[in-house]
Amino acid sequence: MRVVIASGKGGAGKTCVTASLAAVWNRPLVAVDTDAEAPNLHLFLPPDVTEKKTAFLDVPNMDPEKCSRCEKCRDICAYKAIASFAGKITLFPDMCHGCGGCFAVCPTGALIHGRRELGSLEIGTVLGGSARFLMGRTRIGESMTPPLLRQQLRLLSDMLEACPADALIDSPPGVSCPAVTVAREADVILLALDPTPFGFHDFRLAHQAFLPLGRPVAAVINRAGADGNAEGDEAARRYCREQRVPVLAELPFERAAAEQYAAGRLLAELSPAWRQRFERLRDALIAFGAGRAAEETNHA
Amino acid sequence: MREIVVISGKGGTGKTTVSAAFAHLAENKVICDLDVDAPDLHILLDPQARETHAFVSGHKVVIRREACLGCGKCASLCAFDAISLGDDGYAADPLRCEGCGVCAHLCPAHAVELTEEHCGDWYRSDTRFGPMVHALLFPGQENSGKLVSLLKAEARALARERGLDTILCDGSPGVGCPVIASLSGASLAVGVVEPTPSGRHDFLRVADLCRHFRVPLAVIINKADLNAREADAMAEECEKRGDVLLGRLPFDPVVTQAMVARKALTEFDNVVGNRLKDMWSALQKLNVRR
Repeated sequence: MRVVIASGKGGAGKTCVTASLAAVWNRPLVAVDTDAEAPNLHLFLPPDVTEKKTAFLDVPNMDPEKCSRCEKCRDICAYKAIASFAGKITLFPDMCHGCGGCFAVCPTGALIHGRRELGSLEIGTVLGGSARFLMGRTRIGESMTPPLLRQQLRLLSDMLEACPADALIDSPPGVSCPAVTVAREADVILLALDPTPFGFHDFRLAHQAFLPLGRPVAAVINRAGADGNAEGDEAARRYCREQRVPVLAELPFERAAAEQYAAGRLLAELSPAWRQRFERLRDALIAFGAGRAAEETNHA
Repeated sequence: MREIVVISGKGGTGKTTVSAAFAHLAENKVICDLDVDAPDLHILLDPQARETHAFVSGHKVVIRREACLGCGKCASLCAFDAISLGDDGYAADPLRCEGCGVCAHLCPAHAVELTEEHCGDWYRSDTRFGPMVHALLFPGQENSGKLVSLLKAEARALARERGLDTILCDGSPGVGCPVIASLSGASLAVGVVEPTPSGRHDFLRVADLCRHFRVPLAVIINKADLNAREADAMAEECEKRGDVLLGRLPFDPVVTQAMVARKALTEFDNVVGNRLKDMWSALQKLNVRR
């Protein structure tokens, strides 16, 4: 079962929930951080990194000797990565999305395969070797996150094929390309819901955006019971009830929890009560995933 | 004209809360919400739209079945694995398609059409704090970098039109495409960070990004008392890097209460709002390019 832990709003508790769930998980596991622009899971689950790969995007280079200046490459490029100044073709590799169109149309073989560094992929183990770990990290200045994520998700598939396990996947925030790239690979999407006005608003955006993916969606309400926000809590619960999004756990708002997080420690290790919350969330999540899988088999 | 962009690296550190306060305090400005992926500033500012414009972008790929030869060239050329053979012939998955158009260019039967899509709307609005430019994407729509650039251009145009000299932007989390688009041409980035391991890690990444694009950075450490030692370390880090430290804010329930009341923190008397006022004054004294 691949569980993607996502949220519309950043800071809703994705990483917190992923890390503590990983710590109480009782089946073979790969803990995955796909929040590659701001990866944080490794700060709560310090990994023993065994392998670090650099990820690249295939971009064009030019052999000016061979270029016939036909400008077909410039015409096909939708990203303005190829320009023609006074009949001379100039490449802007930072703008390239790696679609390969220029290579396909160049009649003289003047374009050579070059590469742009997207970031890194790190593989290792966490939690004393009991779980495997996979993390993506974009290069600073790199604007495109999805190509790195696609390579990371392929690597995850290989890891799961080599040795079957569940995957807990910490997603990028938001609802655009990076988040959707990851969410569509999910067997189950678990949305972290911060019931403040901002958090609830962004949660609804995420729910609406992920619905068309056809993946089962559940929620965990984080920081429930904050002073003065009783209406927000109730609005969040009501929405989930009406939209048939099962709320698998409510994590209470506590200053001690915020401090635990600020110290880089796991919420599951704050107290026996907190540990139990995550064990229950784990069991609910596994049951939810199994129930949905059974439903799909029945429909088929 | 000066352009101030509030960013954070990590999400949920208080960007929008700070943006709303500065939007209240700033004079002669256009307010701009660049967090187009998950915009929240409108929740506090309650903008009344004066103009609504369609944001048309991207390319939706449609393969005309009657013209398709079934050769599969489009599927084999697609670098994004967006085209596959289904029961109804070849079809493109809009969630994987990046709109490169290679399939349309190279289809031997010209069976592939690229159509522009209405991805959302953007607005010129009025708020109690002044004019605002913002957008709302339809659920699941993308191309946020392009929309960020469009909103910035519109905010500049509006500022010129009305003779305003400041653009105050609420940015987005991360260090990718929308953030890079937000920082382009900015006079100053205000980094709202929190003293947590994640906050520190992501702050350093966004600080590197600012340096990469030569945008000066002023830092606000939010929720500073959650981990005072880490807050001290971050303050030291700022100094070492040559970034300006505007100050620290406490972890205080008044922040959530203000949000629930749909108010900027500076609109009523409270300790966090008062500190934000001091920070805004300090920010005026910074020498930023225009």
